[in-house]
This record gives sequence, C-alpha cells and structure tokens, in this order.
Amino acid sequence: MPEPTSSVAVTEAAAPVARTKTSAYPIEHFVADLDETPLRATDSAVSDAAPRSLWGEAWRSLRKQPLFIISAILILAVIFVALFPGLFTSEPPNENCLLENSDGGPAPGHPLGFTVQGCDILARVVYGTQSSLTVGLFATLGVVVIGGLIGALAGFFGGWVDAILARVGDIFFALPLILGAIVVVQLPVFQQNRNVWTLVVILVAFGWPQIARITRAAVIEVRNADFVTAARSLGVSPLGALVKHVIPNALAPVIVIATISLGTFIVAESTLSFLGIGLPPDVMSWGNDIFSAKPSLRSNPMAIFWPGLALSITVLSFIMLGDALRDALDPKARKR
Amino acid sequence: MSTQVIGGTGDTGADLPASQGPVLEVRNLSVDFGVDKKWVPAAIDLNYEVKAGEVLAIVGESGSGKSASSMSLLGLLPSNSRVTGEVLLNGKSVLTMSPARLRQIRGNDVAVIFQEPMTALNPVYTVGFQIVETLRLHNEISPDEAKQRALRLLQMVELPDPDKAFRSYPHQLSGGQRQRAMIAQSLSCDPKLLIADEPTTALDVTVQAEILDLMRNLRTQLNSAIVLITHDMGVVADLADRIAVMRQGRIVETGTAEQIFRNPQHEYTRALLAAVPHLGQGDGKDDVDVTAALAAATHTDLQTVDHDELERREQNVLAQLADAEHEVASHGTPGVAPVLELIDVAIEYPKQGRVPAFRAVEGANLTVYPGQVIGLVGESGSGKTTIGRAAVGLLPVAAGSLKVVGTDVSGFRPSSKELAKVRRHVGMVFQDPSSSLNPRLPIGESIGEPMYLAGEAKGGELQKRIEALLDQVELPRAYRNRYPHELSGGQKQRVGIARALSLKPKLMVADEPTSALDVSVQAKVLELFQNLQRELGFACLFVTHDLAVVDVLADYICVMRRGRIVEQGSRDQILRSPQDPYTQRLLAAVPLPDPEKQRERRELRAKLLTVSD
Repeated sequence: MPEPTSSVAVTEAAAPVARTKTSAYPIEHFVADLDETPLRATDSAVSDAAPRSLWGEAWRSLRKQPLFIISAILILAVIFVALFPGLFTSEPPNENCLLENSDGGPAPGHPLGFTVQGCDILARVVYGTQSSLTVGLFATLGVVVIGGLIGALAGFFGGWVDAILARVGDIFFALPLILGAIVVVQLPVFQQNRNVWTLVVILVAFGWPQIARITRAAVIEVRNADFVTAARSLGVSPLGALVKHVIPNALAPVIVIATISLGTFIVAESTLSFLGIGLPPDVMSWGNDIFSAKPSLRSNPMAIFWPGLALSITVLSFIMLGDALRDALDPKARKR
Repeated sequence: MSTQVIGGTGDTGADLPASQGPVLEVRNLSVDFGVDKKWVPAAIDLNYEVKAGEVLAIVGESGSGKSASSMSLLGLLPSNSRVTGEVLLNGKSVLTMSPARLRQIRGNDVAVIFQEPMTALNPVYTVGFQIVETLRLHNEISPDEAKQRALRLLQMVELPDPDKAFRSYPHQLSGGQRQRAMIAQSLSCDPKLLIADEPTTALDVTVQAEILDLMRNLRTQLNSAIVLITHDMGVVADLADRIAVMRQGRIVETGTAEQIFRNPQHEYTRALLAAVPHLGQGDGKDDVDVTAALAAATHTDLQTVDHDELERREQNVLAQLADAEHEVASHGTPGVAPVLELIDVAIEYPKQGRVPAFRAVEGANLTVYPGQVIGLVGESGSGKTTIGRAAVGLLPVAAGSLKVVGTDVSGFRPSSKELAKVRRHVGMVFQDPSSSLNPRLPIGESIGEPMYLAGEAKGGELQKRIEALLDQVELPRAYRNRYPHELSGGQKQRVGIARALSLKPKLMVADEPTSALDVSVQAKVLELFQNLQRELGFACLFVTHDLAVVDVLADYICVMRRGRIVEQGSRDQILRSPQDPYTQRLLAAVPLPDPEKQRERRELRAKLLTVSD
C-alpha cells in the first residue's frame, strides 16, 4: 500500500485531489501507486532454476523430514548389519554354544548374555537380521510385482478382466494368513524344503491382494485423467498408455503401502516362526529366537527382549519411512 | 432505504449523514499463510468499507487474495494463517472476538454464499432441515415456526415450489435451485453483511443471470451490505455499486462502478478491462450492438433507451448484417471437401453395467470446411463436448455418419487401425491444462510423443520439431525439460496447444481451452490461438460455454441445447439476427462488462422472459 500522501484520488471529473487515507471517508477513487504494485508480464516464465520432476520435488521435501532421516538411518544400519554380521560380533552364532552358559547373564565378550542353549544372544540377534530382512524384502518385491501387475490390469481394462481379477483377489483376501500358512506348510513340497524362500512364497501368496487393490484404485483414478485421454487421442496404444502415462502416476500410493508392508512381512515371518510353521529351527531368525526364549521368560527375560527389540525397531523404521514417503509423495494428504 | 447509495454517482458518499456508518469497515487488513515455516502474504494492508444496501465487488484474478481476505472477516481461514489489522462490523471489532462470540456472529450478522452449492450444502440432509437448523441455532423458536420461516425464505429466493424444495436433498435440485437454496439458508437470520464468494461461477450463463437478478432484488428488500467476490467483470458490471480491484494481495484501485469502468486509473485495471472479451465487440466495423439486435429480432421496446434511438441502432445492426451476408455470398461456397461433416449424428455414452446408454447428442448436422473456425456454444449438458470428443474418435457414433477428412468413422471400433489413421489429422486441446499433461513427463516429451509414435521424427529431428513447436506457442525452448507443475496455467495450455499441433492436424478440436484460465491469460492464449490458426490454416471446432470467447475467434457459430443444435449460422447472423428463442435468451443472459450497457441488456432480458413465458 502506498503512503497516504502518495495515494492518488481521482474524482469523477478526473481532477486529482490528494487525500489521506484516514481522514477522507469514504475514499472515492483510490489508485495505488504503480511503483509499489508493478505489473509483470502476464503469464511469464517462472525462473531460471533447473527443472525439477515430481520425484525430485518429493525427494527435496523428504530429505528435510526428521521422520525420514531417523528411519532411513535405522534402516541403513539394519541393512549394514545384515550384510556384514561379522563386523558386529566375533562369536560365530551356532558354535560355541555351551550348556554351562545356559541363561547366563552378560559376560566379558558376551555383552547381552546367553540363551537357554548357552548361545551368545548378540551373535544370534546379529545373524538373525539376515533372514528377517530377506523375507521382508523379497516378500514385498513379489507382492508389488504380482499385486501391482494384477491391480494395474484390472483397473485399467475394467469390465470382465476387472471382475475376474478382483474376485480372485477377494478370495485370497478372505483367507487368514496364519490359517492359510498352516495349511500350505503341510503340503509335501513345503514340508520337504522349508527355508527362507518357501516362506516368501507363502507370504506373497496371501499378501498380494492388498497391493492389487491399492494399485487398482490408483490406476482407475489416473485412467480417467485428461492426459490419458489426450495420449489416446494422439495415437498411443492402450498398453502404451498404461505403461507410460498411467503407472508412473499411480505409483506413489503403492510405494507407500509397500514400504509399510515390508515391516509387516517381517512381523509375519516372526509370527509364523514363533508358531513353528515359519523358518525351520536351524535357520537363525528373530522369530525363532523369541520362540526358543519363551520357556525361560521369567528366569532370563533378556533372551526374549533383545530379538524382540531388534524386531520392533526394524518394523517401526519401515512404518515410519512409509509415513514419511506418504507425506512427500502426496502433499495434499499432509497434515496442516 | 438504500436508494441513495445505489448507482453511486459522484460524491454521494461525502454528504451521507454521519449516523449511517458503514456496516463493515476494514482497516489495514493483512493476511499471511505459513508455508514451510515462512509467512507468505495473501492480502496486504487492505482498506475498504461497505454500507447497508451497498454492493462492494472485490475483483481480481486467481491468487489476488480476494477470497482469503474475505474469509478472514469471519475467521474462516485455516489454522496456518495470520490476520492483522482491524475489521469493524457495525463498529465492533471482529478479529478480537472470542470464538463463542464469533460463532454467534456467523450466520446471524454475517452470512456467506459459496461458489459451489453442491459442496456447501450437506448432501445427507434435506434443504429444509439445513435451513431450520440454521434458524434454530440463532433464534429461540419452535420447530413449526422455523419451518414456516424456512418456507418463506425459499419463497423469497423464488424457488418454483418451496414445499418440494424444503423436502428435497441437495442432489435432487438443479444447480441454480441449489444456489437459491443456499442463498435462502444464508439469509435465514437477516444478515447485515452478506459475503458472496463467486456466487455464480459454477452456474450456466442463463442461470447466472437469474441468480444475479435475485441478488439484486434481495439487496433492495433486505438492505444488507453485500461483498461480492468475483473474477467476472460482467457480473461486477451487473451488480456492483463500488469496486475494489485486487492484485497480488493489494487493492490497486477502488471507486464506484462508474469510475472503474469509465475512467480506470491503474494500469492493471485498464489491462484487466481490456482483456475481458466483449460479446459483439470486433475491430471497428465488426462491432455488433447485440442489445439492439435482440430488440430487433424480438420486436421489443426498451424503457431505458429512447424509441427512435433504439430504432436507429436496430437499423444499423440489420444493415450491417445485409452487408456481411452480401460479402459472404460474393465469395460463394467453398469448392473444397469439408474436414468434418456430421449428418444426422447421434452419439451415445455406452451402457455401463446396469446404467443404460445415454444419448447425449441427437440429429446433429454440421459441416466444417478447411480453415474455418466454428464455435460450438451451449450450456452444461448440451452435448457440445460430446460432439468434440466424437470428432476425435473418443466416442462412438450411434447413428448417422461422421466424416473426418473424408473418411466415415462412424463404423470404426474405438481402437482400430483405421481410426488411428484418421486421428492423425485431428488435434485436441483440453479444458484443464493441469490434468491434460502427464505430470511425470517433461513437457518436451509430452509434445514429442505423438510425432515419435507416428514415426514422423526421431532423435535430433524430433528435438528440432519440438523446439519449433515451442517457438510457435511462444514458450522458451529451455522449457522442453521442465515439468508441468513448474509452469503456470497459461503456459501449460500453450504446451497443450503445441502437442495438438505436433502432427500438423487439418482439424483442431478445442474443448473449452481457456475456461480454466484467468481473463488476462485467456486473452493471451486466445490471441496466440488466433495467430496460429491464421498462420497454419487448420480448421477448428471451438467448444465453449462462453459466447464472448466464441465471438473473438469464430466465423461460424453453432448453438446447442439439450443434445440438439438449435441454431447455426455465421457470426453476423447469430449475433445480429438470432432467430431461435433459446439463442436469444442465451445472448441476453451474457453480462456485459459495462454497467450502462448492462442495464439495457437486463431490461431486454426481463422483457424477453415475460414474452416467452
């Protein structure tokens, strides 16, 4: 706003009469000073800054978020432990288990104490990271590929494709994971070679409908956008439109849910292992450790506490990362 | 009552009795929004006041702060905002009030009419319930009494059947009826101040004219002060006594309607007024006096205009029509094949599940010759967009024949090879520039995609073509690598035009390409479009609801209503001698951005409606 003295008041006869803003009421014809309200060229260029894609924008807002920084550091640490377990403990995990150390407290070289079998807890927790993370990572990958593909096809083509795929998904959705897993594990194929990969297959088989639903909803939303119609009208084939125009724009919610479900798959692995239908007892995993520490819960609670803590922190980091991603990828949903 | 302030000529304000202070006084009002831990100003140091019975129009383009500043009057801004300054409502400061006191004021002393009545009314309650609720919230009255008053209100807003409207849910009413119902709700407690935030923007032009009439009547009946927030200069000319022009959070000019329209001082006000398309305005001799033309076509006399004067104007209009027709006749019909030909075309939206097929267009006949610009005008639901989409092959033709560049496409399947071949000759520009570009692709890629797919160009050749297209739409070449969200609305629409031009189409279908843009940007885009059309000579089907825009571009106008073409002809025939009653009503409903001419037009419209009823 201009200073009172610089404001120009023009009466009907276009004779400028200087008036101050406060004393004259009503202000008849006020005109702001052009110097203070300059006109810029209409519809002009924004700036000379480098172009930034939406992914770039998301990354910029992401890296400023404390939630993202904390969870990313934790996840990187967990991955590092899984890749190089030898750096964190000098003890081999399954040897040197002496029954005389059973349920022993912390001792020199064994800072977290011993399990009921007399194994070093730290070594077991460190080596257990590998299987937990592998299961979580590959189950998520499988779910995203299978669920994403089915959801995208169902959403994009609609009609009978959608009807069939959606029903199949619903059938799997209706089966409780644990019940289904108990039945599937009894199959001879799974009985004979139970390992990390059989567990991944089971988790993917029961986990894909969730991602399929999310992808389907996101694809339907994007499918009707004008730019897809525009692409179609300019000669892009249906599949081309799906791959190039629809999927990149439907990816954000899928990424968020996939990150969160990575955490839940790790929990599922532990749950199944705890129930004895997950990883075989000779594979080191947090779930198996929690299971084997159960009888000595009162006498040696630390044996269950440490693998439990590792599990909680890992899962929590993935869920936090998912939340941070959601904020960055979908700015509209951000809390005010 | 309020008569002394209406019209607002000269210095009336100065000799007002001191006792009649303004209803609303705004002093040094500033509004900021906290974004990423920084204060971004939305309104800066605003000063204005509104008296009882007066309409103050706050005009501005998007982002000018007109809505944010007005919502701050009621404390209706989101929590990340900061308001400073002073707002006096009947002499009492609003900004310092307690939340409880503020709630009392909302709806009681101040009421708001929102832009979109469908979202502002709660869809799970009946209209009557919502009005009764408001009434009983602010008055201690019995349910019966409240119902009686609600019915009176619905009657006051001229709803055809108040009883039925009372029992209806919002979705059961038409757009105009919903807006009336919302106005009734906002009037329920005789507000002293009414804030109307773009009250007619979501409505069709004929409905808009009715709502404006209603608001004018209510103003004199209720003697409340009205703050009208709008971007539409025609609406302003129709209703406003005083005008405040806002830009980038500041008021750049205030004055009476007369002063702003007749004698704009600030450069921006002038630019804004110049950018508003004026129905009937051409360069010099193309000027059409639409009011006179309508008067002639319907044999109406106007009180506001001297009889002889009107006669002279009518004669003038008709003489020019004869000239124009003579000129067309001397050219003869073009001896070339049309680029688009519709013969008795019906278009259906195919049935989906249990929803039956919907016939959106019926018996349409239309021919577009090379280089011709045809304006397809109609209100929402008239089928204009449907025809546009069918011409691009996005919708199947249910009956009749639709020929694009000589090929009959009515039998083709939606994804057939033949259709793809025809599509190469047709470009399409969409309404919303933000949603018609893939947000994940750099714009160069969006523009280049059709050429790449059609095998027209690859590699360096493709890059050269993209640069040439960016040059044509007057965007810097460096923009090739930018993403849509980095561009303004007008720039995005330029990209949309470049993409539509990429295959050098013979026919361009433009579906409301400027209706999502601000006036000044719209003017630029229209100018660009016009230049490109002249330069490249493509034929164009320009679909729009805005007659004034069509008038700028089209040499041939086609008016649609409820799936049928009711009238088509050259621009001169339609504007100078409209024959169909609907065309006449449509023309009469377009508000003119000039208070004086709009007064004539209003009277004419009232006459027209009484005749046709």
